[in-house]
Amino acid sequence: MTAMTAPMGKFGQSVKRVEDSRLITGNGRYVDDLVLPGQTHAAFVRSAYAHARIGAIDVSAAAAMPGVVKILTGQDLVDGGLFALPSGWGLTSIDGTPARVGVHHALAVDTVRFVGEPVALVIAETRGQARDAADSVFVEYEELPAVVDMVAALGPDAPQLHPDIPENRAFTWDIGNAEEADAAFARATRRVSIELRNNRLVPNAMEPRAINAEWRAYDGSMTIHLTHQNPIGMRVLFMMLLGLESENHLRVVSPDVGGGFGSKAPAYAEELAVAFAARAVGRPVKWTAERTESFLTDAHGRDHVTRAELAMDDHGRFLGLKVHTLANLGGYISTSNALVVSYMYATMLCGQYAIPAVHAVVEGVYTNTCPVDAYRGAGRPEAAYVIERLAHLAAREIGVDQAEIRRRNFVRAFPHQTPLVYCYDSGDYEGCLDAALRLADYQGFEQRRAEARARGKLRGIGLSAYVEACGIGPSKLLASLGGGGNMWESCEIRVQPAGSVEVLTGAHNHGQGHQTVYAQIISERFGIPMDRITVVQGDTDRIQAGTGTYGSRASVGLSAAVKSCEKIIEKGRQIVGYMLGIDPGAVDFADGIYTSAATNQTVAFTEMVHAAHAATQFPTDQLEPGLVATSFFDPPNFTYPAGVHVCEVEIDPETGVTEVVAFNAADDFGNVANPLIVEGQVHGGLTQGIAQALWENAVYDPDSAQLMTASYMDYGMPRADSLPEFGLAFWPSPTPVNPLGMKGCGEAGAIGSPPAVINAVCDALGIAHVDMPASPEKIWRLCQERQEAL
Amino acid sequence: MTDMTLTVNGREHVVTVEDRTLLVHLLRDQLRLTGAHVGCDTSQCGACTVHVDGKAVKSCTMLAVQAQGCEILTIEGLAQGRELHPMQAAFHEHHGLQCGFCTPGMIMMALDIARRHPSPDAATVRAELEGNLCRCTGYHNIVKAVVAGAQRMGEPA
Ligand code: FES
Ligand code: FES
Repeated sequence: MTAMTAPMGKFGQSVKRVEDSRLITGNGRYVDDLVLPGQTHAAFVRSAYAHARIGAIDVSAAAAMPGVVKILTGQDLVDGGLFALPSGWGLTSIDGTPARVGVHHALAVDTVRFVGEPVALVIAETRGQARDAADSVFVEYEELPAVVDMVAALGPDAPQLHPDIPENRAFTWDIGNAEEADAAFARATRRVSIELRNNRLVPNAMEPRAINAEWRAYDGSMTIHLTHQNPIGMRVLFMMLLGLESENHLRVVSPDVGGGFGSKAPAYAEELAVAFAARAVGRPVKWTAERTESFLTDAHGRDHVTRAELAMDDHGRFLGLKVHTLANLGGYISTSNALVVSYMYATMLCGQYAIPAVHAVVEGVYTNTCPVDAYRGAGRPEAAYVIERLAHLAAREIGVDQAEIRRRNFVRAFPHQTPLVYCYDSGDYEGCLDAALRLADYQGFEQRRAEARARGKLRGIGLSAYVEACGIGPSKLLASLGGGGNMWESCEIRVQPAGSVEVLTGAHNHGQGHQTVYAQIISERFGIPMDRITVVQGDTDRIQAGTGTYGSRASVGLSAAVKSCEKIIEKGRQIVGYMLGIDPGAVDFADGIYTSAATNQTVAFTEMVHAAHAATQFPTDQLEPGLVATSFFDPPNFTYPAGVHVCEVEIDPETGVTEVVAFNAADDFGNVANPLIVEGQVHGGLTQGIAQALWENAVYDPDSAQLMTASYMDYGMPRADSLPEFGLAFWPSPTPVNPLGMKGCGEAGAIGSPPAVINAVCDALGIAHVDMPASPEKIWRLCQERQEAL
Repeated sequence: MTDMTLTVNGREHVVTVEDRTLLVHLLRDQLRLTGAHVGCDTSQCGACTVHVDGKAVKSCTMLAVQAQGCEILTIEGLAQGRELHPMQAAFHEHHGLQCGFCTPGMIMMALDIARRHPSPDAATVRAELEGNLCRCTGYHNIVKAVVAGAQRMGEPA
């Protein structure tokens, strides 16, 4: 019966998610839910200092406490042959030298470089015992001066974090053409410039990081249960760092993962130390971060200080762009950060505009802060913020409307080769702008402004036209830029004898709704109900090949699935050819049924499946039995989702509080597989972007380098009551780079919204710039100044 | 160590707990009901929300021993087999979850909202959800789900 009523999937339909049932009934399985036989628990001893030399570590009192199994220090790990954490991307400075990578031990060996850096690890029978004992480990520190500010860190008096890295400068990298940019500026009659800060964010996936590692001494193998976005990638890395014999000696399982946003993509010190510990004690070791630990050590996002200048002619046509960015790396270079601050960021600086000459320089700077890495947009929000703030200023300078300045500069013909590596594949930027303006009733704004003024409120409107790069690939391009990993995705489809389908993907779902979208697409192709399709992911014992999920890569994995579907259908055609005694070329397939046009005979997909397994109706020496297909899809290009966001704010000049009163977005994600899911992704991203613009900010004390915002009491998380309703529209230009025409949507909201909000705030106050977050205090002061000026 | 008795999802349990054990850890570690999640250490995320004697409580704010003799309802106690509680169904219908980590706490809080406001408007729901954090959804669809779920609960079955 169920087979009759279960829905058929269809690309483009808002199918409800199949993964929901376990999650809404409390049956999700996250890493911390797992208890293994012989389980022990880990707790870290962390540095309270931002910069200090480690002296003696006295573990004797702790070791004698109840339940303590083992205590490990950084030296123990080095002595045990554990490798340091690598930078996963090789970046070359302008002078041709490679980036200088400070040695990052899983547990600090002689120096700590940020508050919360782990120094020792206690393993005990219970979590409470581990925690108690960790508090009784005595570490002698010789405190050193610490530095938080990047300009100070580059200066002559700054403390140097790493012995061989003068000026705390990891690299000075550039992209574009400095001479051409200079020439454009020389020609220009108008220019605008800005200095801005892209504030540091704490990722705050609601599920804290967690690992449960078990070691099998009898064959030297290990299983790691890890909350992670890329278990397959972690298998190779951890295998090498731990010195295991082969991939087959390490299984990594990432079950339900409670949010990632990039912060669960790096290889972390704590997880590596726990895996080492499991081998050292010969029992499973589990660690789940407490939220304070998450604040202190989950790789943070953003933290740029940028100077940028835009050259124009008298009509506001953009001629050239120069950007100089200091990127805060934190105490160490986290796994992907060298990529994030360079190619993920600076390549997007032209935004949606045809700017002929561009030059950008990025300096990577070590400071005594938590390492930074990919977070919700990873470099692209930082780029969109720079160019979209400049576009706003350009409109002011030329004296034209915010929308008009953008119209004058949009890329109009595709493919469009930018001066910054990328080639935009497709788009309709002006159409998208118009859609957004309609949605926002842009025409009616001045009336709303006047009406607000009558209520004593300052109302402003801000636009942002973003473009980003998704579905990272091809592998060869990435390797040529310094990449250390493959960028394709795999998909294996196994059709089982009774007709159900198992899909194995190397992509990882942690909220994106993959289970549903894969089932939708395969159901439609095979003509079988969605409930016959199961998606398997996140376990390297089941899936050997893949790249994980980040950078809105669903289109890449789904394209691999489409290829596998085609292979299955094609093999079915051959089987049906034998069954009907006709040429396979004369067999058609549609809606789950093979037909022979010539003879009018039909074979249902499920009948073909039975035949494939029974292997009685075709010669098995000519056609193999079974029905399994594996495909790899290496995208020929990135995809370039784009969109226009329109934000309206009202500011109360008495309190400085900014309220987002309307937020509308028109986005080009290419073809949309499941609008319900895509809208959900956009809501989340918009919320992040609005929160970055108005509330979120990781603040380190400038002297002590203590993180002042290390809990939900101090850090400005967005809450349900602080946000407006969102108005969304899709304006698709399908991409030619993958068979589904999809571009990706996971990060768009967080990329486009911060400049839209700040542009609206600036419009409301009639000012050139205010740094994020536009907190009530800052805004109140600006209002006071404005008052005085009047 | 203290011996105590409590009823969870209609079943009585006699347990021995360390005095410092929080209710959420009793549920998760000893009773192995892992639907309530721990998302913070300052009682602000709401991922651990359960009902104690009919009211939503963040189970990390309470010692287990304080629940002596209490009736606890957790997310695991809502559905009858495959039949979802109307509030669970509303979260599914309106795509009120992505990673699902905040979801059990959201649903338990939503039931409390529905109890106090039989047909709440979106603004009420937003204000009431102030103590439950979600990093994925931007709350938009959660609010829709709670409004719809509360509505459905009020309708005759
Ligand atoms: S774990 Fe209870 S409120 Fe966060
Ligand atoms: S759905 Fe992921 S935290 Fe709410």
